[in-house]
Amino acid sequence: MSVVTEFETGPRATNPVARSDRVFGTLTFAAAVVVLLTLLGVFVSLAMGAWPAFQKFGIGFLYTAKWNPVTDKFGALAPLYGTVVTSVIAMLIAVPVGLGIAIFLTETCPRILRRPLGIAIELLAGIPSIIYGIWGLFVFAPFMQSVVQPALIDTLGQVPLIGTLFSGAPYGIGMLTAGLILAMMVLPFIASLARDIFLTVPDMLRESAYGLGMTRWEVNRHIVIPHVRTALVGGIMLSLGRALGETMAVTFVIGNAHRISASILQPGTTISAAIANEFTEATTPLYTASLIALGLVLFILTFIVLAAAQYMLRRMKQKSGV
Amino acid sequence: MDTLTRERSPLSFEGIDPAPKPRISIRNLEFFYGKTRALKGIDLDLPENRVTAFIGPSGCGKSTLLRVLNRMYDLYPNQTATGEVLLDGENILARGTDLNRLRTKVGMVFQKPTPFPMTIHENIAFGLRLMGTVKSEIDDRIEAALRGAALWEEVKDKLQASGQSLSGGQQQRLCIARTIAVEPEVILLDEPASALDPISTGKIEETIHQLKERFTIAIVTHNMQQASRVSDRTAFMYLGELIEAGETAQIFTRPREERTSDYITGRFG
Amino acid sequence: MASMTRRKTVNAVMMTLSTGAAGLGLFVLAVILIHLVAKGAGALNLAVFTQDTPSPMEAGGLRNAIVGSLVMSAIAVAIGTPIGILAGTYMAEYGRFSKLTKLIRFVNDILLSAPSIIVGLFVYQLLVVSLGHFSALAGAVALAILVIPIVVRTTEDMLLLVPDQLREAGLAMGAPRWVVIRTIAYKAARAGMVTGVLLAIARISGETAPLLFTALSNNFFSLNLTQPMASLPITIFQFALSPYDNWQALAWAGALLITVAVLALSIIARLVTSRKEKA
Repeated sequence: MSVVTEFETGPRATNPVARSDRVFGTLTFAAAVVVLLTLLGVFVSLAMGAWPAFQKFGIGFLYTAKWNPVTDKFGALAPLYGTVVTSVIAMLIAVPVGLGIAIFLTETCPRILRRPLGIAIELLAGIPSIIYGIWGLFVFAPFMQSVVQPALIDTLGQVPLIGTLFSGAPYGIGMLTAGLILAMMVLPFIASLARDIFLTVPDMLRESAYGLGMTRWEVNRHIVIPHVRTALVGGIMLSLGRALGETMAVTFVIGNAHRISASILQPGTTISAAIANEFTEATTPLYTASLIALGLVLFILTFIVLAAAQYMLRRMKQKSGV
Repeated sequence: MDTLTRERSPLSFEGIDPAPKPRISIRNLEFFYGKTRALKGIDLDLPENRVTAFIGPSGCGKSTLLRVLNRMYDLYPNQTATGEVLLDGENILARGTDLNRLRTKVGMVFQKPTPFPMTIHENIAFGLRLMGTVKSEIDDRIEAALRGAALWEEVKDKLQASGQSLSGGQQQRLCIARTIAVEPEVILLDEPASALDPISTGKIEETIHQLKERFTIAIVTHNMQQASRVSDRTAFMYLGELIEAGETAQIFTRPREERTSDYITGRFG
Repeated sequence: MASMTRRKTVNAVMMTLSTGAAGLGLFVLAVILIHLVAKGAGALNLAVFTQDTPSPMEAGGLRNAIVGSLVMSAIAVAIGTPIGILAGTYMAEYGRFSKLTKLIRFVNDILLSAPSIIVGLFVYQLLVVSLGHFSALAGAVALAILVIPIVVRTTEDMLLLVPDQLREAGLAMGAPRWVVIRTIAYKAARAGMVTGVLLAIARISGETAPLLFTALSNNFFSLNLTQPMASLPITIFQFALSPYDNWQALAWAGALLITVAVLALSIIARLVTSRKEKA
């Protein structure tokens, strides 16, 4: 079988060869530039699309809660609030549980199960978010409505101060439900990321800590986690970036209500859910521009989070990759 | 001492062997990694159809020198060479040198065997196709190259096997076969046997012996016995300088420089 | 210093908690999968593959959505893979030491995790507004933008694993760089690069948000790239939120199909790399 045909072109066609190398090199360079231009294009196109909204509402767009298509008045505060609240709920649950899974997989888990369980978690991390969304809508939300939310309202809802967080009627859907679905979705992601990070800790380090008579927990608490702290924070930021921008897992169960409720049991909306639900129905140019402006806000928010995540993950790579 | 070397430069090889005409002439070669000077004013001729060995402690610049001769350093940023290296009267360090053509004239075999991820047949056909060898000739040239590298008998029945399935010694001879298939003028060997067992090493050395009838050979080695076994001429380098070069027998029996004798008697290195 | 018993108790408690976390996490994820299989398999039949999306309360299938997803994914891969491989090649080969590569790596990693709905908005502005209508092509471009960073990343990583000496050996034969890259470096990195493409396909086959306002959807079978085209994720989205039993059932069937496809692709991707490792 012949490897190539293009350069079988007679005796030492030197100049054509050199030229073909330049052509290919330029081609790869052009492709690399496409990657740069894509990000730039995203930013520019969002900024241009959002321009009418910012022109009309000014910076107040960011802290106005009003969202009224009838009167053409729009503000980003409610979806921004919903985005942050659902992501915080998701991270509060997924981070400790995900770290727990990672510690289990690197420490307690019987050796023969480690690989299959690790692979299973990685596979789960690849399941599309719409699956979590549809499950949330048909299975989890009814369960929340009939079991979890009434229980929360009757117990935590009665406690002074934090009671307002859990007040109101059990709708099933709402910010808590969305946050929990988000947590389930990022959980395998965090767990497999944390496991990979834990596995970068040199065995020597672990062994010498055990050699000092430390218990398993102490080794993880005082040696492993501090050793990979930067990367771990980076990984968590990466997951946060995912949660902030997630659309489908949230849209099904958030309720899509542009309001800010103190109670996390109430319906709300997030930036991505608002865009997904309303974009094709936006009737006025200003409405569309406002939704694109929401997108721009989300883009900037995730950009900052992801850039910070990368910075931290890079630092670890430099540290370990001597 | 620097003057001593300079006075005799370009170093003429003294002794019984009537110096054949040089195939490569190195003139005042300097090499830099960034700002670090790795080769300092090297002057040397590599005579035709002879094996020249480069010896010296690690970091002395002998591998760097080899990588100048086919401009392999061009691949990396911040590596620069000044001076002249003449091959057939052309300065290969000049701008605009056709590197592809240069490298077909100056072949190289590396320290670790580097079979390409393809069949044994394709490994050798690779260079032949680059040169535009006619299809009908390819099989014959492959056989000739494998015979030249003393590998034919071992692989003639499995030319379609992956080059990477061979043993380390066989892989290295495959790399030699690959190099001689394209009939270069010069072959550079960068510690070609250092990763191999003694038996494979013996075979490689035998091959080198036969190859010098057709090629000009430069070999870098840290193994002084090997240098004395395979080479006609030996150059001793130290800290980027060419300390002494001459007939191999002379270098190993009557070195002129104290540092040379210190090194070959094992006092340092 | 804490007493030994106390330390042991803390250890036991924390280790139990981590095991519990693993149990809880795996339990929840298992529950999701079980529901998915139960509800999806119940709704799965031959008609799902042979009939198009029906009106409410009529019999039908997902044929137009399945074909639409396949068409748009294929185009996305056809666009995204060459760009991704070439860009990754620039980063690992021609531009390995350039500052530009560092910047591209940063940008690419951002694109890799950027919210996919943003990509949808971008392509909407780029191709829907300018052309004046939704189209399958716009959907495919949006998916291609998700393919590119994955392929860039794996291509660069895999090429960097190819030993430099192999490249040098190729160059030492007098081969120009692009021949060395194509016939030697790509060959040595092939398994990993194939894995990257497979993972990219897995990623886009479930993506919904980028299609919402690019390809939109279509109730009818269509292969016209300049018109809206149905896709599995969008159909699931619409049908699941509808009040009709038959639409909801089809949504579950579609969800199961996507999950099986994604899992199969990820498993094949793994097998490709692990077989290579053994060899």
